[in-house]
Amino acid sequence: MAVLKAGTRLKSSVCSTEVMVVAAPKDDVEVTCGGAPLGALGGDTPDGGSIAEGAGEGTQIGKRYVNEAGDLEILCTKPGEGSLGVGGTLLTVKGAKPLPSSD
Amino acid sequence: MNLMMLLEMAAEGMGDRVAVVSGDDRLTYSELFEASGRAAAGLRASEVDHLAILDTSSLALPVAVFAAAWAGKPFVPLNYRLTGDELDRLVEQVLPGQLITDADRVDSLAGRSGLEVIGRGDYLAGARGEGAESLEPEWSMDPDEIAILLFTSGTTGPPKAAVIRHKHLVSYILMSVEFMSADENDAALVCVPPYHIAGMAAIASSVYAGRRIVQLPNFTPEAWLELARKEQVTNAFVVPTMLARIVELLEGEGSADLPHLRALSYGGGKMPQSVIERALKLFPETNFANAYGLTETSSTISILGPEDHRAALTSDDAKVRRRLVSVGQPLPAIEVEIRDGEGNALGANERGEIYVRGEQVSGEYLGKGSQVQEDGFFPTRDGGSLDEEGYLFIEGRIDDIIVRGGENISPGEIEDALLIHEAIADAAVVGLPDEQWGEKVVAAVVCKPDRSASEAELQQWVKDRLRSSRTPESFDFWPELPYNETGKLLRRTVRSRLMAG
Repeated sequence: MAVLKAGTRLKSSVCSTEVMVVAAPKDDVEVTCGGAPLGALGGDTPDGGSIAEGAGEGTQIGKRYVNEAGDLEILCTKPGEGSLGVGGTLLTVKGAKPLPSSD
Repeated sequence: MNLMMLLEMAAEGMGDRVAVVSGDDRLTYSELFEASGRAAAGLRASEVDHLAILDTSSLALPVAVFAAAWAGKPFVPLNYRLTGDELDRLVEQVLPGQLITDADRVDSLAGRSGLEVIGRGDYLAGARGEGAESLEPEWSMDPDEIAILLFTSGTTGPPKAAVIRHKHLVSYILMSVEFMSADENDAALVCVPPYHIAGMAAIASSVYAGRRIVQLPNFTPEAWLELARKEQVTNAFVVPTMLARIVELLEGEGSADLPHLRALSYGGGKMPQSVIERALKLFPETNFANAYGLTETSSTISILGPEDHRAALTSDDAKVRRRLVSVGQPLPAIEVEIRDGEGNALGANERGEIYVRGEQVSGEYLGKGSQVQEDGFFPTRDGGSLDEEGYLFIEGRIDDIIVRGGENISPGEIEDALLIHEAIADAAVVGLPDEQWGEKVVAAVVCKPDRSASEAELQQWVKDRLRSSRTPESFDFWPELPYNETGKLLRRTVRSRLMAG
């Protein structure tokens, strides 16, 4: 468990998924991928382990994943086979609200 | 957060798409990523503190932007129109540094201590050199590292460098652009110079959206149209003076004939209402967006979107029609407040200074620190107001406000009144020192071809619409007003010319 900060990069320990935290709650939160906790990108994340049942729908690059409360937003920067979740509940893809292109 | 994350995702998710086109040459996202890595290796090895570019747009530009981010050095695009002392003063600020420039300038800049000068062609060839050394795909994760130093145009004083950190630009992109949201064939025509914040934002947002950048290094309306047609451009950004020239050319041709152009956005200065109205008629199928932002806010903070344009053009409601000269509503991740001189928040339709808060707001100048207040708001020094529905109206720089006998007078209001006179093509109103009033209101105007107006007639025109204290005491008639190359009126120049008589 850790307090997440916007901008923090994390990676899955069971698949190729990499993410960046866009928004996080003030309190401790443990984000999982494929059922296993994410580790710091660049840190020593033990590889191996397998994707837990029900957490293998995969992540898509560029999609934003949010929790039900809406205070956690995770951007997938590299796709993988695991699904992102918190406390056993999978995060869902946030719908895009297109803005007119301005530059 | 690092700009490189945007390019890495583009290379991973759509590596074979064309990222950028310059003339007949192009780079895909994968090629841009690899070229940036090689250029970053060279930058890291040379142990300088900055990567500067003094050049028009070319393929070397996006390579250099990302190479600097990869190697962890600030990227500094310099105004290639500057020469002599003005240029020397800027170059001094990027030492020790690598500087990329066009072949013609290499010799004149070489030999300075602490400056490694590289010709654009050599730089690009080195970055594309297969087998050349590259860096590991790792870069600093520190969101507070400096991404870009941009010397602001400084229409009121010497240029100062705005500091844009990785967190500012990346936040702007993440909050305003969806990854790979562009269609495979989308193309953005970029004609603003690299040293303009819109030029930097265009690279970052196009890369993240997956929209091919088509570079136009030297704007002329003819070249713009030709390239837009040849590359089947779908999106473009122009500053007001550019749109005015495009509109003039097209009205001569009779039709726009740009069937692929879906979205045309404009910003960077005040758009004359007549120009935007004519443009809307010439491009009935195109979505117009007016973007307002500052260098210090990492580009756009407020947009008047396509629906707003159409509503304003067709509405019977004067309030809705007036929004055509607004900059629309703030982006979802941006808060805007209007405050008075003491910093108190003002209500709807009250005029004051525009304050802005958001992750993309830097509000920092090199050597001067952050101007962002404790409450997170940045005073923009732009005057303006918000209407009941949050549409933002800009009234020009606070520093341009004329104080005549204790009364605050906004030059923009008087200029707007003059611009609706049928003989007037352009107008600038400034304050000059006056013994009796502190400042007096004077105007320089440009008449339309074959039209004229007398001073007395124009004074009466303003008096009928505003009040007598706002009526210019004198009018000078000029062939044209002085603008910088990105369409900003050079009020300092107007003032000094008027003072010289």
